[in-house]
Amino acid sequence: MPSSISQTFETLRDRAQCALIPFLTAGDPDLETTAEALRLLDQQGADMIELGVPYSDPLADGPVIQAAATRALAKGTTLDQVLAMVTQVAPTLRSPIILFTYYNPILNRGIEQFLQNLVAAGVKGLVVPDLPLEEADILLKPAEKAGIEVILLVAPTSPAERILAIAAKSQGFIYLVSTTGVTGVRDTMEDRVKVLIEQLRQVTDKPIGVGFGISQPEHARQVMEWGADGTIVGSAFVKRLSEGSPKEGLKALSEFCHTLKVAITPVS
Amino acid sequence: MTTTPIKLSNPTAIENRPDALGRYGQFGGKYVPETLMPALFELEAAYQEYRKDPTFQAELNGLLKDYVGRPSPLYFAERLTEHYARPDGSGPQIYLKREDLNHTGAHKINNALAQALMAKRMGKKRVIAETGAGQHGVATATVCARFGLECIIYMGVHDMERQSLNVFRMRLMGAEVRGVSSGTGTLKDATSEAIRDWVTNVETTHYILGSVAGPHPYPMIVRDFHAIIGVEARQQCLEKWGGLPDILIACVGGGSNAMGLFHEFINEKSIRIIGVEAAGHGVETDKHAATLTKGRVGVLHGAMSYLLQDEQGQVIEPHSISAGLDYPGVGPEHSYLMDVGRAEYYAVTDQQALDAFQQLSQLEGIIPALETSHAIAYLATLCPQLPGSPRIVLNCSGRGDKDVLTVSKVLNI
Repeated sequence: MPSSISQTFETLRDRAQCALIPFLTAGDPDLETTAEALRLLDQQGADMIELGVPYSDPLADGPVIQAAATRALAKGTTLDQVLAMVTQVAPTLRSPIILFTYYNPILNRGIEQFLQNLVAAGVKGLVVPDLPLEEADILLKPAEKAGIEVILLVAPTSPAERILAIAAKSQGFIYLVSTTGVTGVRDTMEDRVKVLIEQLRQVTDKPIGVGFGISQPEHARQVMEWGADGTIVGSAFVKRLSEGSPKEGLKALSEFCHTLKVAITPVS
Repeated sequence: MTTTPIKLSNPTAIENRPDALGRYGQFGGKYVPETLMPALFELEAAYQEYRKDPTFQAELNGLLKDYVGRPSPLYFAERLTEHYARPDGSGPQIYLKREDLNHTGAHKINNALAQALMAKRMGKKRVIAETGAGQHGVATATVCARFGLECIIYMGVHDMERQSLNVFRMRLMGAEVRGVSSGTGTLKDATSEAIRDWVTNVETTHYILGSVAGPHPYPMIVRDFHAIIGVEARQQCLEKWGGLPDILIACVGGGSNAMGLFHEFINEKSIRIIGVEAAGHGVETDKHAATLTKGRVGVLHGAMSYLLQDEQGQVIEPHSISAGLDYPGVGPEHSYLMDVGRAEYYAVTDQQALDAFQQLSQLEGIIPALETSHAIAYLATLCPQLPGSPRIVLNCSGRGDKDVLTVSKVLNI
């Protein structure tokens, strides 16, 4: 049974390891493939896995994840189906599952009910990209009670006093958005990520996970060397899984995960 | 009417709406990615500064007068009034607030102009906007040309087809029109794409949101920049009959022209306030855009409001013949006004709007926008219910030149 997000980071910190956190859109191409992908990622070195619930209006996502969500919804993928799949798969994984969902589906279900469903499914963490600090209180308190860690995001545009407040309230880790923009594959890592990591480090002991735009092993290694505790890779996985047949997609995903893991494993 | 000094809004009518967190009751707020939060604070601070700045106000008022052509007339629609008169000659007296006579042909320029002035002062040289019918896109392209700002308009590919005249106008004025093909290729999808652009380019770009929707402070800013519609109407009613109107009517998609007319009169409890939504093929079908009539509370494009959504909380693709009303959300203040019982909202179908489009053309020689036609169409339901001769002010929010191709296709003329 996987441990909490915080505990997982603690264990990794003791081993001086940077967490590899792959992201997948649930239900693309189908939930069976998503389940298999979760197992493969877990075997190939993922330390936590972020699982995106497909949504009709994914404001924070770039073309790759938008398209994946559209395909998943066209297949009729629902939150209940995603959670049913997680209920089956989560106990067999080392990696805790972090659910990524926009706020409207949470509001639609009701916060309490939603959290209970997450707990029952074995989900450990939650990222809600359109719920900034000012609106997050309504979710943070009941989530803490339920034992679901809500991870808040810091952006390159966040001023110092906001960074401090977000760092104080974020649970599990702090999700540092590496670039102004939506999710998606990018060629380079901006140097200001280094500054942001240093800035965050000064105000918090909580782990820092860097995401958005990390698509190559060099990027992952770069953010690790800059002092990140975790690296989140999304579109690059989603894209690989969606190309060719599910079997080919799973193979490409598995190899890519291994490559990333090697890139961020300290040479001993 | 005499040219009275134009104020952004009547301070006595504002109350505490929205509150400091941008809430209208439970509605509104800021549900956006963290990257945008600092920009929203910056925008709010800039707005609070400029609204009190006499130089800003003077520049805005000068342009509203000389460039936009304000004040827009309050016109007594004599033959439309006759059409609804009872045999004894009594019946509602119908006045049209002629926002269709503004430069660019709709109310949208009021807000686009004021926001462009803000962008200029905030040092943002790149402007983006979403558009449905193209009226807000045209207004934004217009003011960007006027101030030499780079302009990018996001528009659904379906809307680009049905509002091709407006696409040409925007391009003619130097704007880049980017087609959005996700979803149904309509206003919702264009808005999502504009927000994604803003998240990416927030440090150099101002987003001129075109409705009283989106995250705080947009619903407040857009409302206040359109509030001049109601402020003028109050003055014009006073001049024409020495009193207030009895009923206000406006169409509601996101709801900017409606809030522009309503805001000034919210505290005048004697006045009935009516918003008219798009029922598309009918509110009993799954092809409509009647958010307040059929929606449930949800979050879209940064605001909590009524929303057309399925049982899973996925946003439903709306339908309306009018591209400007083809939106599954609605401005948060409208949700609030409905819930507290201050305003009433009804829906009329595509067909009723088409009938009204022709009716106003034939009775008054005014071709209304298809959006506006929804408000006009509701008169057919409302007028027979009204005793005596109440005075109705209907916001004639836009002209219908842009819609003639769509309508001629449907009517085969």
